[in-house]
Parts: sequence; C-alpha cells; structure tokens
Amino acid sequence: MPQISLTVNGKPVSATVEARTLLVELLRDKLHLTGTHVGCDTSQCGACTVQVDGMSVKSCTMLAVQAEGASVLTIEGLVNADGSLHPMQAMFREHHALQCGYCTPGMVMSAIDLVETHPEGLSEEQIRHGLEGNLCRCTGYHNIVKAIAAAWPLMHNKALPVAAE
Amino acid sequence: MVVDGIGASVKRKEDLRFLSGRGNYVDDMNRPGQTFAHFLRSDVPHGKINKVDISAALKMPGVVAIFTGDDFTGVGGIPCGWQIHSKDGSPMVEPRHPVLAAGKVRHVGDPIAMVVAETKQQAKDAAEAIVLDIETLPAVAGMTAALAAGAPLVHDEAAGNVCFDWHIGDKAAVEAGFAKAHKVVRLDLVNNRLVPNAMEPRAAIGDYDVSSGEYTLYTTSQNPHVIRLLMGAFVLSIPEHKLRVVAPDVGGGFGSKIFHYAEEAALTWAAGKVKRPIKWTADRTEAFITDAHGRDHISTAELALDSEGNFLALKVNTQANMGAYLSTFAPSVPTYLSATLLAGVYKTPAIYAEVKAVFTNTVPVDAYRGAGRPEATFLVERIVDVAAREMNMDKVEIRKKNFIPKEAFPYQTPIALQYDSGDYMATFDGCLKAADYAGFEARRKASAAKGKLRGIGISTYVEACGIAPSAVAGALGARAGLYEVANIRVHPTGSVTVFTGAHSHGQGHETTFAQLVSEQLGVPHDMIDIVHGDTGKVPFGMGTYGSRSLSVGGSAMVKAMDKIIDKGKKIAAHLMEADVHDIEFKDGKFSVVGTDKAKTFGEIALTAYVPHNYPIEELEPGLEETAFYDPKNFTYPGGCHIAEVEIDPDTGTVGMVSFTAVDDIGRVINPMIVEGQVQGGIAQGIGQALLEHAIYDESGQLLSGSMMDYTMPRADDIPNISVGTEVTLCTHNPLGSKGVGEVGAIGSPPAVINAVVDALRDYGVRHVDMPATPAKIWALIDAYQPKMAAE
Repeated sequence: MPQISLTVNGKPVSATVEARTLLVELLRDKLHLTGTHVGCDTSQCGACTVQVDGMSVKSCTMLAVQAEGASVLTIEGLVNADGSLHPMQAMFREHHALQCGYCTPGMVMSAIDLVETHPEGLSEEQIRHGLEGNLCRCTGYHNIVKAIAAAWPLMHNKALPVAAE
Repeated sequence: MVVDGIGASVKRKEDLRFLSGRGNYVDDMNRPGQTFAHFLRSDVPHGKINKVDISAALKMPGVVAIFTGDDFTGVGGIPCGWQIHSKDGSPMVEPRHPVLAAGKVRHVGDPIAMVVAETKQQAKDAAEAIVLDIETLPAVAGMTAALAAGAPLVHDEAAGNVCFDWHIGDKAAVEAGFAKAHKVVRLDLVNNRLVPNAMEPRAAIGDYDVSSGEYTLYTTSQNPHVIRLLMGAFVLSIPEHKLRVVAPDVGGGFGSKIFHYAEEAALTWAAGKVKRPIKWTADRTEAFITDAHGRDHISTAELALDSEGNFLALKVNTQANMGAYLSTFAPSVPTYLSATLLAGVYKTPAIYAEVKAVFTNTVPVDAYRGAGRPEATFLVERIVDVAAREMNMDKVEIRKKNFIPKEAFPYQTPIALQYDSGDYMATFDGCLKAADYAGFEARRKASAAKGKLRGIGISTYVEACGIAPSAVAGALGARAGLYEVANIRVHPTGSVTVFTGAHSHGQGHETTFAQLVSEQLGVPHDMIDIVHGDTGKVPFGMGTYGSRSLSVGGSAMVKAMDKIIDKGKKIAAHLMEADVHDIEFKDGKFSVVGTDKAKTFGEIALTAYVPHNYPIEELEPGLEETAFYDPKNFTYPGGCHIAEVEIDPDTGTVGMVSFTAVDDIGRVINPMIVEGQVQGGIAQGIGQALLEHAIYDESGQLLSGSMMDYTMPRADDIPNISVGTEVTLCTHNPLGSKGVGEVGAIGSPPAVINAVVDALRDYGVRHVDMPATPAKIWALIDAYQPKMAAE
C-alpha cells in the first residue's frame, strides 16, 4: 500500500493508505480530524471542503495519494493557537449562519476561499453564486450570505465596496 | 434582571464546537474493537428471493459475519406507531416489515443481507461476492397504477393495495352546502414526493457489553427514547434497563430521523451476536433509497361558495402513498395531521375529507417537515386563489371575508380541532405591508418592461403542532403518549443541568432552553447546561418533531422548575424563620415579603445539599425535580407568506425575487433562532415548489436518486427572506409558545405557486403542479394559443 507524507494544519503527517483511499477518508478515519464531513457521494454538497495548497477542494473528489507533499488546511486548523476564531467562524456565529452544524465546516472553508479570491469586493449575487458548490438544508442561506459579507471587511481590513448597480 | 432570558437573541452555545470541527456526530464516533457493516440492498422494486448465497462472500478478507433475512426469523418486525381505522371500522392493513427482507423484496433499497467486516471497504467488497437469485415480480410505483384493477399486490394481505380508506367530517352538511352553492370550484392537485435530505446521512453503531448484558445503540435520531421503546419492546425484546440509545449531535432531521429504521435493529441485534461494536454510515445514494420520503398526495378538492364569495363547504378526496411498508408515523400524516387542517384560517362551516392510503413498491413515506399540514395548506390556499379568480374577486378580499375573526377564539372547526388563539387579520395585514403588496403593480410593469413576467402570491395558514395531548392522540390511533419530560438538577453551588427528552438537531435547544431556565431561576446562562439525546442520562422523553420542543418540552421544564422553586421556598422559610406563604421568589432571590431578608438561589441550593440547618423532618435534602408535561391541546401557529417571482418567458425559469413572512408562533424565546427556523423552512418550501421531486419510473426505479438528479435548493435559488412576527399567546401552556420549526415549510409552497400562476395570468394558466420547473412553465407558455379578437 502507498505511503504518503503531507502537511495537515501545519503539522507533518505520514500514513499508509490504500490507493483508493480518498483524502476525506484519510482526514477522518486515519487522522481523526472529524470536523470535515461527508454529505454526498457525488461532489454536490461541499460538506467535505478543505484547502489544499491554499485552494478550496472537495476532499471526497481527491485521492489521498494526490495530496502527497501538499499542505492541507481543515476546519480544525482555522482556530488560532489562543483559541480565538477565524473571522469567518466568528461571523458565522454572530449572524446565526449555522443550525445543525453539519455543512458548516465545508461552508466556512468555501466561504474563506470566496472572500480571499475576491479582494476587489463581493456582491450578494456573487456570494450566492460562489456558494453553488455547498448545500445547507437548515438555514435557507440568508444568514450564511450575511455572515460572509460581514467577514469580508475583517479579512481584507477595509470596508466592503458597495457594488455598482 | 436576567439579561439572557426570554426574548433575547443570545448567540448559540453549540456554535463553538460546530464551527471548530469539534461536533460529535455518530460517524465521528468509534468504539474499541469496532467492526463495520454494509447492507446489500435490492436493486429491483419487487421480487421473490429464491436464494441468497453467502458462501463465497464469507471467505472474503476481513469478513466477521454475514446475516440474511433467515437469521431474523425469531425477531419482531419494524412496528408502526399509529393505527388508522377505515370508514367501515376495520383497522388498517399492517403487513409485517421484517428487519432484513424475508421471502420478498418490495422496493429498491430493501435490505437483503448485512455484511460485518473489519473495515468498511472489506464489508463492501464482500457484499459484492454475495450471489442473489431474485425472481423479478411486476411492480407498482405510482398510486394510480397501484389502485388499477388487477394491479400487482405489494402485500398479499392488502387487497387492491389499499392500506386504509378513511374519512372525516360531516358529509351530509357538505352536500347541503354544495346544494345551495352559487359556484363550485374544483381543482386537482399533486403534492410532490420529496426526499428530506438532512445533510448528515443516517449512521448507527450497535454495541453490546458482554459483562453487563447491556446493548447500546448510537444513532442519528430525533427521539432516542422512542427508538428504545420501539426497538426494545417490539423488535428485539430487550428490556429498557438493558438498552441504551444515544443520539449525539445530529446533522438535521426534518422528520426523516424520527422513525425507527431497520438498520438500527439489525446493528443492535448483530452486535450481540458478534460481541463487537458494529458501525454503519449511509452514503447519500443509500439515503435516497432508504430514508422515509415525504408528501406524495394526489387530491381532488371542491369548494362551494355563495354569490358573495363566502365559503359554504369543502370536499376533498386524497390518495396518499405509504410506500412499501408502514413507517413509524406514516398513517397519521395524511389523516389527523392533514385532513383536520382543511379549515385553514377560514370559517368554512362544513368540511368532508376522504383519504385512501396506498401501498406501492417505493421507499416508505412518512412525516417530513410539516407532515400533512403543508399538503392541507397547499390545497386550501390554491383553491382559494382559483376561487377568487373564477368569482372575479380580489384574492385579498376573498381571504379577509372568510377569515375566522379574532373574537371567535377558541374556535371549534367542523373537523375535530379547536384553535385556542390567533389573529389572522393581524398577520395578513402585517405581511401585506411588509411585502409592499400595494406597490406590486408598479413592480410588475417594471418587470414587463424588461420582458419578464412578474407574479405575487399570497398564502395564509394555520397548523396544529405542539404534538400532542396523549388522550386525544390515543383516541385517534397513536400507540404512545406524547408528553415531554424534564429533569432539572440544581447542583450544590447553584449551577444547573437540565435533562430534556426533546432532541436538538439544529434547533439550538442548548441556547433557548438555557434562556428559559435563566429567566425562571435567575441563574446566569453560562451556569446552565442542557443535556439531551441519551436514554442513559435523560429519564424519559418523546423527542423532537411536530414543532413540540418548546411548547411541550419547555413546558415540562417550567413545571419542574416550579417544583424547584416550591422546595426552595420551604428551605428559605426555614432559614429565615418565616412562613412559607410569605416567601417570594424573584430574580434569583428568595425573600420574605415586606422585609429586606433574602437568600440567593445559590445559598438555597447549597443548603439543600449541606442540610445542617434544614427542615429535615419535613423535607428531603437535595434540589432536583422531574416533571412530565402532557399538553391540553395542540398549538396553532398561523400566519401569512407572500412570494414574488419573475418568470423568463423565453426559458420558463422562475426567479424568486422576494419572500416575506409574518408568523404568529406565540411567545418567542430567542428571536434570532426563530428567524433562522422560519428562513430554513421557507427554503425547503421553495425547494418543494420549484425544484425538488422524487421521481420513480413506472418500473419502480428512483430516477432522482442522487444529489446530481434531485434538485436541492442552493444559495442562488433562494432570495433574502424577510421574517416578522405577530404574537397571540397559546392559552393552554405555561409559556404561551406555539412552535416554529415547521411554519416555513407549511406556509411557503402555495405562496410560491400562487405567484407563479399569477405571473402566468395572461397565458390562460389555472394551476401548476409542483415543482414548477422551467420545462413545465416553458411548455405552458409555448402551448398557449391567444384567443383571437373576434371572440
């Protein structure tokens, strides 16, 4: 069986996996990082979203062996060493953007990618479109959209530009 | 003064663990020595099992055991919790629902064998090596096919595939109403079949402790005590003291996790056989073909009106799909949870409904968010809109004319229910204002200028929740009590642990219930913990469904806290050498009325556990109380929802422009959480109205069997949702709360469809069945032949 080495949440890890093992299975079953969830078999729901080398990736669509040498960030790695929350996590709480919590880790990881890749600003329409790959069955998205808009200024250290109509 | 008490939008306690990946869902749990199960399932809708050959599979790597239907011959069937009687007095046909298929398979997904292996993959690999000899039988997927003469039978004992043929109401009074009608409006409606799709797939771990003989089931359930009762007493014959059911963090339920499922019994039973824990987690495909589906009604409705537009009588005939087996509460959904709501918010004097429940070769159908009430509301609010148009009346006016006036409460409907309180005009006027109904024509014109068809749809509703007064539910066929239980444990230093039978799977109970306790006992929010979801910790309970957690579960807490305060007063009276009748409890202090003498809640708690100066002859030490609360009536939230849509006539695409809700849910504890509950329910209602449909082909294969085929609402399908409240208090529970979990899913589908039909007003469209997909809308527009000027 293949042996792989990678960095997860800043720590080097090695594991022996089957060739068919998915990245999400490595994270959950071998590394016991159960914050990353599996919600579907078809890459539709986004509950398993993590960052691989700075890009958001559905970890159910990537083989563990493909992460050889990569740096993976999961929801567990977002919390600062002093226990304080990432601005996106904090805004999700502030705006009641989660209910059952199951889609939340993937939603937060996608939302961070969305904000990071849009330094020029984000309209509500862009946020809604940007969440296409993440399903939430509880919130109706209203508060998730609000939370992301509220996190943008905190992550970019400036006011969110008002979209030109 | 309590700052985090009733009415405050307190941020949720549970958020920190969910946001940092420290939730504890069943699939996150692992037990020492754990094995993994995989279920081999039927891929044919109906078939006779000739042979299940496991000999090769048993030799596969890592296999611990393989069980088939034959192994479960001494085990009970999965029980149904609600019995309906047909018109002729006969009980519903209740075929045996075996844990693993016995003799026959009856739907795609019916479990045939359970493979237990050292790893998940080994269990899956071994299942592939099982050789099945199944003779395919003709199947019935839809109700029309199932009810046709000579149709194949799902169960031999259910002639014509009919489970029951039930009715309610005064047929003669309805006929009299129709006889004097100025106009009769008739409408055929389909309430589309849905897949609940909580984001967390079901999962379970069966565990058996050889030394104590105790079984533990970890499961994704909304009601662990109910699972213990059903599985222990009816399926596996394990007494309660040897069976613990734990439902930890659960990732959404929406009804689908109420029911006792075969996998739970199979895993628990098999754990006792292999003497090791066995874990199973459904993948999404498995969820689609095993989780109970929702809705699936076909109805014909007729409304009789006088010349002024007053409703005289309503007659409804419904066929309700039960699927292949009776799920836990399935028979109650189209009957007592739906037909009894056909009065809606209107004073229709005579109502008669008939419901035929039908077996088909499909997944069982049961309660899904709203359970029966969305079906009733869709029917009533659609026919009212059609009636308004055919009477040339305004859709606002026809509703106002027929509302039950607020002076009429308590209001006895002609079909069983007595509404305790409400003010439908207030929620209606509030919603019209919030949605700027008056300004709609200008918005319609603006859309028309862009080539878009804009429509506005109104829906009003009342629902019955806070389930349920046990005696009433029992008389209607429920096989269990429907009270709720709370145990309040005050610790020596004055902190509080609350053990509740209600279960939180997204509702935020850990926050809301703590607010309730903080308000009543004056203890700070962070000194209160809410424990739920473990029969080993919580004395008893009936769980969470039917928007009952606060109105029933919260009322049990109030009752238990009343006992705590009563006992505290006795201790305080002793300490302050006063008469107990002179002790007042307020803001966390016991004081002697008219003096400045007082003891804090914490001092009384400490005294109760360190009873050195204590009325030990009259009073036991300790400060812990349990209460069972059985509601006196259902609760009746009501309100108004308004949807605005814009249709692109070139593509048939329906865009949701805005959605406005004003609901009366009684007393609100946490407005932030309430708003979230309403928004989430509305998103599911919009999903039902525009996107979602569980489609079986004629042979019984589920075509929309994955999230690639079944259209779940995504962020860009849903508009911003404006939520408001108008409050009339529930008159029969101590909180005055009515329930909020389901209102969004109940009120919204007819608002959306009324808006779609309104947008298509110039295209001769009278009704659109859900979901109003682009293909359906485009076909309606395309088929329209404008009437020529000569006419």
